[in-house]
Amino acid sequence: MTVKYQEKPLKIVGTRPLRPDGVDKVTGRARYAADYNLPGQLIGKVLRSPHAHARIKSIDTSKAAALPGVKALVTRDDFADMPVEYAASGELTINFRDVTRNMMAREKVFYDGHPVAAVAATSASIAREALKLIKVEYEVLPHVIDVLEAMKPDAPLLHEHQFTDGVTPKPDKPSNVAKRMVFALGSLEEGFKQADLVIEREFNTKPVHQGYIEPQACVASYTEDGQVELWTGTQGHFVFRAQLAKVLQMDVSKIRVTATELGGGFGGKNNIYNEPLAIALSRKSHRPVKMVMTREEVFRATGPTSGANVKIKMGCTRDGRITAADAELNFQAGAFAGSSVGMASMCTFTRYDLDNVRVVGNDVTVNRPKVAAYRAPGAPIAVFGVESVIDEMARKLGIDPIDFRLKNAAKEGTQTYYGPTLGPIGFVETLNRAKAHPNYRLPLGPDQGRGIATGFWFNIGKETSSTVHVNEDGTVTLIIGIVDVAGGTRATMAMMVAEEFGIDYDKVRPVVGDTSALGFNFITAGSRGTFAGGMAAVLAARDAMEKLCRRVARIRDVPPEAVAWKDGRAQPAEGSGTQFKPMSLEEIAREAGRTGGTISGHSEINAEGAGPGFGTHIADVEVDRETGSIKILRYTIVQDVGKAIHPAYVEGQFEGGAVQGIGWALNEEYVYGADGVLQNPGFLDYRVPVASDVPFIDSVIVEVPNPNHPYGVRGCGEVPIIAPMAAISNAVENAIGVRLREQPMSPPRVLKAIEAAALATTQD
Amino acid sequence: MLASHRLSLAWIGRGVEIERKFVPCTIKKGSEMIEMRYEAPRTLKAAVALLAAANGRAKVLAGGTDLLIQMRSGRIDPELLIDVKCIPELRTIAEEKGGYRFGAAVSAMELVEHEGLARMWPGVIDAVKLIGSIQVKGRATVGGNLCNASPAADSVPALVAAGALARIIGPGGRREVPVEEIPAGPGLTSLRAGEMVVSILLPKRPQRSGDAYLRFTPRTEMDIAVVGAGVNLTLNAKGVCSRARVSLGAVAERVLLLPDAAAALIGQRVDAAALERLAAAASAACRPIDDKRGTKEYRIKVAGVMARRAAQIAVKRAKGEV
Amino acid sequence: MSKHRVTATVNGDAVEFLCETGETLLEALRDELQLTGTKEGCGTGDCGACSVMLDGRLVCSCLVLGVEAQGKTIETVEGMAKGDELHPLQRKFLEHAALQCGICTPGMLISARALLERNPDPTEEEVRYWLAGNLCRCTGYHKIVEAVLDAAREMRGA
Repeated sequence: MTVKYQEKPLKIVGTRPLRPDGVDKVTGRARYAADYNLPGQLIGKVLRSPHAHARIKSIDTSKAAALPGVKALVTRDDFADMPVEYAASGELTINFRDVTRNMMAREKVFYDGHPVAAVAATSASIAREALKLIKVEYEVLPHVIDVLEAMKPDAPLLHEHQFTDGVTPKPDKPSNVAKRMVFALGSLEEGFKQADLVIEREFNTKPVHQGYIEPQACVASYTEDGQVELWTGTQGHFVFRAQLAKVLQMDVSKIRVTATELGGGFGGKNNIYNEPLAIALSRKSHRPVKMVMTREEVFRATGPTSGANVKIKMGCTRDGRITAADAELNFQAGAFAGSSVGMASMCTFTRYDLDNVRVVGNDVTVNRPKVAAYRAPGAPIAVFGVESVIDEMARKLGIDPIDFRLKNAAKEGTQTYYGPTLGPIGFVETLNRAKAHPNYRLPLGPDQGRGIATGFWFNIGKETSSTVHVNEDGTVTLIIGIVDVAGGTRATMAMMVAEEFGIDYDKVRPVVGDTSALGFNFITAGSRGTFAGGMAAVLAARDAMEKLCRRVARIRDVPPEAVAWKDGRAQPAEGSGTQFKPMSLEEIAREAGRTGGTISGHSEINAEGAGPGFGTHIADVEVDRETGSIKILRYTIVQDVGKAIHPAYVEGQFEGGAVQGIGWALNEEYVYGADGVLQNPGFLDYRVPVASDVPFIDSVIVEVPNPNHPYGVRGCGEVPIIAPMAAISNAVENAIGVRLREQPMSPPRVLKAIEAAALATTQD
Repeated sequence: MLASHRLSLAWIGRGVEIERKFVPCTIKKGSEMIEMRYEAPRTLKAAVALLAAANGRAKVLAGGTDLLIQMRSGRIDPELLIDVKCIPELRTIAEEKGGYRFGAAVSAMELVEHEGLARMWPGVIDAVKLIGSIQVKGRATVGGNLCNASPAADSVPALVAAGALARIIGPGGRREVPVEEIPAGPGLTSLRAGEMVVSILLPKRPQRSGDAYLRFTPRTEMDIAVVGAGVNLTLNAKGVCSRARVSLGAVAERVLLLPDAAAALIGQRVDAAALERLAAAASAACRPIDDKRGTKEYRIKVAGVMARRAAQIAVKRAKGEV
Repeated sequence: MSKHRVTATVNGDAVEFLCETGETLLEALRDELQLTGTKEGCGTGDCGACSVMLDGRLVCSCLVLGVEAQGKTIETVEGMAKGDELHPLQRKFLEHAALQCGICTPGMLISARALLERNPDPTEEEVRYWLAGNLCRCTGYHKIVEAVLDAAREMRGA
């Protein structure tokens, strides 16, 4: 289902009203999952594996169970085994056989932090004491952390049943490579033949965490009649409900999930972790159970994104036309298959109009936590490599890096190598606007440099439903099923609905309904919130407006086609030749009860036609040659969002995404010891950027409308994180002539690269 | 290397009128009951008595910014917490013999806000400013920074360069020792059983003196020093360095005082050549480890850079240029 | 299990709560006093979400024991607005869209207010360094810094 874009004069869309959740958030009244408490509630805690890889020989919970105050314990024995069955969860695909093993280890533990048992007790301190009394006997197995190591034939094997999918003939030996995928267009051989310049490079990145400030939390109540009520911090309560029904073998109708205010997710709250344990503990204890993760648990056991090894080979002509592009992406999936390598493969070169392309992706299991989506899952990793190689080509040929990209830029009609042909897009516009930006011409000092990089993200639609209630006083309640993951979708949807009705923004109250309020809604992922949620809200409003018009036809005794909705009122339709006294929303609402009952509008759609988003970034850096420290001087984002419903919230996505990208580029990484144990599970040594690390971010919003959305929206949340790693690396090269192909570009690594380059120069 | 820079001692709340003796709190551990008690003595004598009686099962609580984290992670499990923030000697900043004495439980923010200290020992105060966030400095103490014995503690190299003396009290009475003698290794001090640090003396300084502390961290804030360097020097009327003390943090099992590096400055005008010799001596003195915060070779290289840059600031301060 | 009985002043009100020795002031505020506006992001003093004022000092309430609060004055986000009137910082955070998920917002506001109380006219750099102890993962800090600078301007009457 799509709704076509119509240009029209706008009163509300494009303005900057305050978010409906704002006052609660600045006064401390907003309720996040950890702020919920139920009478009689117990506290649940999880015992986690201290080993990277081990077989569980036995679990003895008897001493813990005997501790006064302990009310329930669960282990693998309390959950059913699940067959292989795939489902979508955010951008990634999950397999229920793995989901049930990730939430509670069965035969083996696969990573440091893997849950082994959970306990519910009358206090947190008793629950913690109980964990110490659980005896687990392990047979420690060899482990593998690095993706290339894991791909070797003699590597320690995680899953004996895993044979590489996507290769023919079917392999006869199990492998850590869960899947191999190939996307291709044209002929690489032909393409490289035409090339005057061929560059082949290898890149390596470490896993990074979404780093939301709110640790996962939930409160579960399994009632005496077998119903579940769950309050949890999630990006998709309907998807959680579906997954819980599966792993707990319950009817979907018996589970009601309320999405609480969410303290950040970025893809990391697409998956269930403690929720099934809390429900199982509640069922056993006959009391509500609250579980809140510690920060250490968040780092050890919830989804980072993949670390990866990336090989890029590209060829171009002397005048800068790319003739061939080849990539191999080797992605860590963590303990279970299903990384973002597929997404990354499709994003690798999709900013350019290319004839000869091949991308090979490998999804590789290693002894780390199962990866989760992270803002434009996988794309930044692949783009780091491609945009670095393009920068090198442009430099070698003496072509301005933006001109080089303009020469190859994807536009409407470009055939992608993964299938679709692109519709109207704004990539060229972002390049031109970046080139014209004053920041692109600012003079640079010694050891300062400027880098360009670009990003592409599909954006998605999917199942979405919404209801609009016209209240008896003419105000509107908008029920949405898409979790407002912080970007402000409650505000943007209310703005679109107010625009449709022609009423004030503050007359529309948006509420995220629980899973009993609406039909299934897909998770907030893929930058679909304002696109798909907005489309559903607009359709619900239009449905209500149609009913309002019919009601007025009845009240005024005119034919239904003679009534049209305009400027907040039901008015005589143009050209209908009928005359009657228009009725405002408020007037109709007051009479609704006695003229046929309450009026509500609904929509249940599978939104299609998401418009791809493109961005061009300019990074300015200064490098301290003696310490290897990189300072971000300026950062500029130019991005096509289709239409900025609320420009301040679009800027917020640019600024937040850019700074996450800067953190990824400079200092964020998972550090494992030789024992396979995570060494930096805290915000002290997992270094997300602090306020003094970054400058103001300069945002330029480009609006090339998406033809498949009533207001032209594309989605904007993910593109901003894609380019920073490459832009910063290119800027460092521009500053000091040293190219970094390892992430993070932390000071020790930069200094080493500087010294290696100096040595190479001396030897020349 | 110790995971944390933070302090195990801290500041007192104003207006604590009475000595509090709470009912011991108990936590069940299997079948045995372990008491975790809390005491807030008002005199040194009472604190020493509690510490001595606890047979090593007590922890001194000042700022708590290291201690609480160690307790939470399960790394330590004390039976008694002795909150020393009610003891006046640990809470005062006072001039003494032309220098300053400050209590071991004075908070970092109180030190930062003290104008006299910042004027006389700007390098020490620079170091104290680097101890964690504003929030952490609101609680953390220099006494704790010292006794937590992290090799990467920010205030310690600056104190060592300054020639600070620590006053210690214990069952055997009082003694004064140079600060560099207190840390013995990661998490270990030379304090004897039942001893605690009461206060620290920053001595009077000659004219034309300057000190500085610089550290390297990947982020601008909220980080543990990968390398820290303290330099304290005095110039004579002709601008020649007559006295110098140089120290390094995070490059060995404890903070190091580097006589060889100081020798590179003494008798010199502290020109580029002297600074290069200083940097080389500093790098040569390092015996670091590889860890999640930095590699050996990186620490060795950057130690020299930090020492050189700190010396340049110290010289400017000695000349009254900043 | 025997507990300490602690009396303190929170946002101007005399309060009393029970806590174990190992419990933090943050736990006491959230679990005993139901003041859930103060958030826990890390429990190790690295994120600042639990920032409160303790006898006029900005601290992480996760690094203070509940028992240490005896006789002390504590200010949390719940006490920032006066009646119907939001604190200028709260208003500016809203106007500048300086919050997204909002989990860091209470700590950020308490921290920013402490800054403006001692420095009514901070530079951008001073704001950034003061707020370095408060992590935000949504905003990239841009609009937060703008909001603080704008609130400072308004509070100075400039």
